[in-house]
Amino acid sequence: MSEQSVSPEPIDPGSSWASRRRRGIAGWGDPRGRRLGGWAFILNRLTGLGVLLYLSFHLVVLSLLARGPSAWDGFVSLAGSPIFLCFDVVLIFGLLFHGLNGIRVTLVGFGLVVDRQRAMLVALMVIGAIALVVAALHIFAAG
Amino acid sequence: MSAGIDPARDTHATEGTGVPIRFRVYRRKAGDRAGHFDEFALEVAPDTTVLDALVAIRTRLDPTLMLRHSCFHASCGTCGMRVNDAEVMACVTKVLDLGTPRVKVEPIANGALLGDLATDMVDFYARLAAIGRALVRNSEWLPSSELPPGIEAHNRYESCIECGLCLSACPVVATDARYLGPAALAAAERAIGEPRGLDPGFILNLIDDPQGAWRCHAAFECTEACPSEVDPAGAIMALRRRAAGARLRSIIRRRT
Repeated sequence: MSEQSVSPEPIDPGSSWASRRRRGIAGWGDPRGRRLGGWAFILNRLTGLGVLLYLSFHLVVLSLLARGPSAWDGFVSLAGSPIFLCFDVVLIFGLLFHGLNGIRVTLVGFGLVVDRQRAMLVALMVIGAIALVVAALHIFAAG
Repeated sequence: MSAGIDPARDTHATEGTGVPIRFRVYRRKAGDRAGHFDEFALEVAPDTTVLDALVAIRTRLDPTLMLRHSCFHASCGTCGMRVNDAEVMACVTKVLDLGTPRVKVEPIANGALLGDLATDMVDFYARLAAIGRALVRNSEWLPSSELPPGIEAHNRYESCIECGLCLSACPVVATDARYLGPAALAAAERAIGEPRGLDPGFILNLIDDPQGAWRCHAAFECTEACPSEVDPAGAIMALRRRAAGARLRSIIRRRT
């Protein structure tokens, strides 16, 4: 099946007056009026982008190693600062949410526990919250 | 502009005894460059629905307000709207249940606008037609009913009232015009489950497509928005299982 065959012809705004009110990116990110699954959808996109951003940053930081010990040591001392540790907690939140919600989306995508997806989300988020608190305590205790 | 609900029209409220609500209603007519909101003040009674209020606004305050309704009991699917940013049937949504002194009313999103709160459903129906307009309930045809000229038969499929709320609530439809969408996919799942003369293989082939069942991102907003318990998200996941199973079986057949 080609992509074109699935969808009908769009209404031509030139031939008859019909203004398409497609919400665009606001339909992804606007949390107003959304329910639990919609919030999970929004957070999944935000954490996905955040983790991608982190990965790029991580690779840039690792490239400091190629510039010798002084460049690396300078970064390591910065990484121990309380603000940086807070960013670490945000990162772990992103990883936990994206990973745990990913389990839910994968199971649901296989047609499993579809009717319990909301309960599954709540259960996974409780696990995530506990893991986040444990991780935060470890980060600040070590820092 | 302000008015109470006419006691002669609405038995629920008497002038001066209702709760004052400000309605912010989306307005856009043919040729307008952009939409805007008009505000109408109205007193509502505990049982006043959003549709009651809109009809009162049109009758008493602004006869140019375009909206569409028919049955007043969430059966015809014509008064689906976005009220306070959520997709609802205006006819079964009580104003005071919303709990806000200001109520925002917009047409359903992601479709073509005819004017104000009325949207063009042609695109929506075309998607259902692509599936084969499944499941015509014979029991819903009154043999004695008179049909308008040019209409061969009244038909609808299953619980879906064809209101378009699922398409309005879906975040994927918001950015992708090619996605088949929740209503048509729900129809496809019912048609494959109970083909009644349609070809299940053809429908499975149609939905096993990047713009079919695989386009969904599992936000479940369609199922939440549906006023008729069709559960399009559940249907989409069932279709994925069917499509994946069919592919697996064809691979096994090829190997053996």
